[in-house]
Amino acid sequence: MAEATDPPRESFRLSQLLYDARYRSMTIQVVAAILIMLLLVELVDNTVTNLAALGKDIRFGFLWSTAGYDINQQLIPFTSQDTHARAAVVGILNTLVVAVLGCILATIIGVLAGVLRLSSNWLVARIMTFYVEAMRNTPLLIWILIVFAVMTEATPQPRDFREGGSASLILWDSVAISNRGVYIPRPIWAEGSMLVVAVFILSVIGIFILRNVARKRQQDTGQILPVFRLSLALFFLPTLLAYFVMGRPVTLEMPELGGFNFAGGIQIRNSFIALWLALSLYTSAFIAEIVRSGILAVSKGQTEAAFALGIQPNRTMQLIILPQALRVIIPPLISQYLNLTKNSSLAIAVGYMDVRSTLGGITINQTGRELEGMLLLGIFYLITSLIISSAMNFYNSSVKLKER
Amino acid sequence: MNKKVFLGALTVAGLAAGASAAATLDDVKARGSLKCGSNEGLAGFAAPDANGVWQGFDVSLCRAIAAAVLGDAQAVEFVPLTSQTRFTALAAGEVDVLIRNSTWTFSRDTDLKLDFKGVNYYDGQGFMVRSDIGVSSAKELDGTTVCIQTGTTTELNLADYFRVNNISYEPVPVATNAEGQQQYLAGACDVYTTDISGLAATRATFENASEHVILPEVVSKEPLGPAVRHGDSEWGDIVGWTLSALIAAEEYGVTSANVSELSANPTANPEINRLLGTEGELGAMIGLDKDWAARAIAAVGNYGEVFERNIGEATPIGLARGLNAQWTDGGLLYAAPFR
Repeated sequence: MAEATDPPRESFRLSQLLYDARYRSMTIQVVAAILIMLLLVELVDNTVTNLAALGKDIRFGFLWSTAGYDINQQLIPFTSQDTHARAAVVGILNTLVVAVLGCILATIIGVLAGVLRLSSNWLVARIMTFYVEAMRNTPLLIWILIVFAVMTEATPQPRDFREGGSASLILWDSVAISNRGVYIPRPIWAEGSMLVVAVFILSVIGIFILRNVARKRQQDTGQILPVFRLSLALFFLPTLLAYFVMGRPVTLEMPELGGFNFAGGIQIRNSFIALWLALSLYTSAFIAEIVRSGILAVSKGQTEAAFALGIQPNRTMQLIILPQALRVIIPPLISQYLNLTKNSSLAIAVGYMDVRSTLGGITINQTGRELEGMLLLGIFYLITSLIISSAMNFYNSSVKLKER
Repeated sequence: MNKKVFLGALTVAGLAAGASAAATLDDVKARGSLKCGSNEGLAGFAAPDANGVWQGFDVSLCRAIAAAVLGDAQAVEFVPLTSQTRFTALAAGEVDVLIRNSTWTFSRDTDLKLDFKGVNYYDGQGFMVRSDIGVSSAKELDGTTVCIQTGTTTELNLADYFRVNNISYEPVPVATNAEGQQQYLAGACDVYTTDISGLAATRATFENASEHVILPEVVSKEPLGPAVRHGDSEWGDIVGWTLSALIAAEEYGVTSANVSELSANPTANPEINRLLGTEGELGAMIGLDKDWAARAIAAVGNYGEVFERNIGEATPIGLARGLNAQWTDGGLLYAAPFR
């Protein structure tokens, strides 16, 4: 009788690591990992050795010593007697301000340009094509310098605003555009103004509630509320009412010429304007292309189907096209926001005091701690980018195609 | 075998890293040229002329060192450095010596691991304004906008001086002298502040130099001098004593015109003889031949000649000797004895 035997088990041989497809990939990965680790060890060791040869060590104590320099744009109070760490924080805040405002403006311009580039109007479409190509095919640094040069060379000096001078304030004497920056009125918060602010915040929350109610009502009964007009009324009316009831607690401090410069009002520095506009314009060109590709990715059949059901064109865009286009738009948009944030480190070119200029510039220079400063700078940009991308990924997962 | 190659490469990398720290003199001789970190353009101190040849007060010292070490004053490679990059470039070995209007301070000399080898210009920080803004003293600058080069001692002095005197101001950081000049002329700042020599040099390039005044206040001490990396004392000695040789040459009346005659035969003055190598072996003590100082003086002239040719009263920059006169004339220049 025949005995059933298992097929002979092949014992593992060392040569299989190289010649057997089942194990080869593992071998390659292990070797690669070892090589990469050796490279890293060598890199760190080389750095430490070279620093030791120069007689330098790696220490972060400099962060707590007196900075000794002044910073012009400060969102939190800073004097030259504060520490380098605080100077770094001032710089970080300046970076974040320009990055956030840049992302907002870039998105607005980018969406407009992207939609208009698809316009059936020949002239509008061509102008937008020209805009997009001109912006994205020239280096960002050039745009920063161009905007800065325009702001400093083509605008009047503060002394030209004196009586008999060649320049004057615009918008009912409230805004001064000078070669040191744009001065706008500053709101003065008197007693009772907090109530006005509270009313304003409540009405903004109210608008969101209204939108939800309207949507539910439409789904239940099919009736459409005039959401936009109601929101507009809710946005302005309660706040204005509270403002007058409380006896106008919020007043404006106008910029006035005093001494050498404008005193009073808020100064928006030219370096900030140059960086903000240039970053926004440059990134908006890329966003425009992303938006265009997103809209084109939605098949024409969707529009035709919506029209066949009798849905109006603007609601077709709002309810059918845009939600589908967003799925295509959001992922590359994340990269553009990250790019904009990191590109803001070009601020040094126009003397905007971002974190690269304070921690990565003056602090490094005055303390001689290049490696430590650059490490901290790298960690800051890394963390910021990770936060932005996780926030955007969260948003992306809320709009992406849900398979049920 | 692969492993051996890798280890070999590691060893070579380690050795190269260790060797780069010392023996700048050997590097310079092997290369045949001196890498001199210089200003990116400051009239009178360091700027290329119409033919692209670097000229100026700081440049002359570079050429003197090259003449002493290599025997050729033209064997200098000038590396223009901004105020921000200069010390890093020196520490990283991109330049052999830094002669770039750099102020000798405690922390730079110690913590930055540099060695300042003497002073070639005693300076102080000042302020330049347009004469029509009606300011005659730095104390009246309250509320002004001030252009300032970042990464400089001036930045710190400014913050100190204005804080002590309760003057509020708005700093506008600029990266280079050229940028500061452009912003100041465009009126983006009321005041431009840097070392007074730099202000004079910058003003000399203005179309209407007379419309700008340098305020009388000198708010700091700015001894400007050549710097080398810490830890290479032999090279530091050469740089320091070349500067001393130019200063001593003026004191003893040795000029570029008479140096060849004086160094041909021993003279009656033993100091001159030791300086020019006709007596003693001073050159060998710093690893050079005995004519090193004579070559340096022949190449650029003594300190006084260098000063008058580049930034003196006969030039557009028009700086008086002031503190930078010989000690015998009431100045601070005092070369240690060549002995």
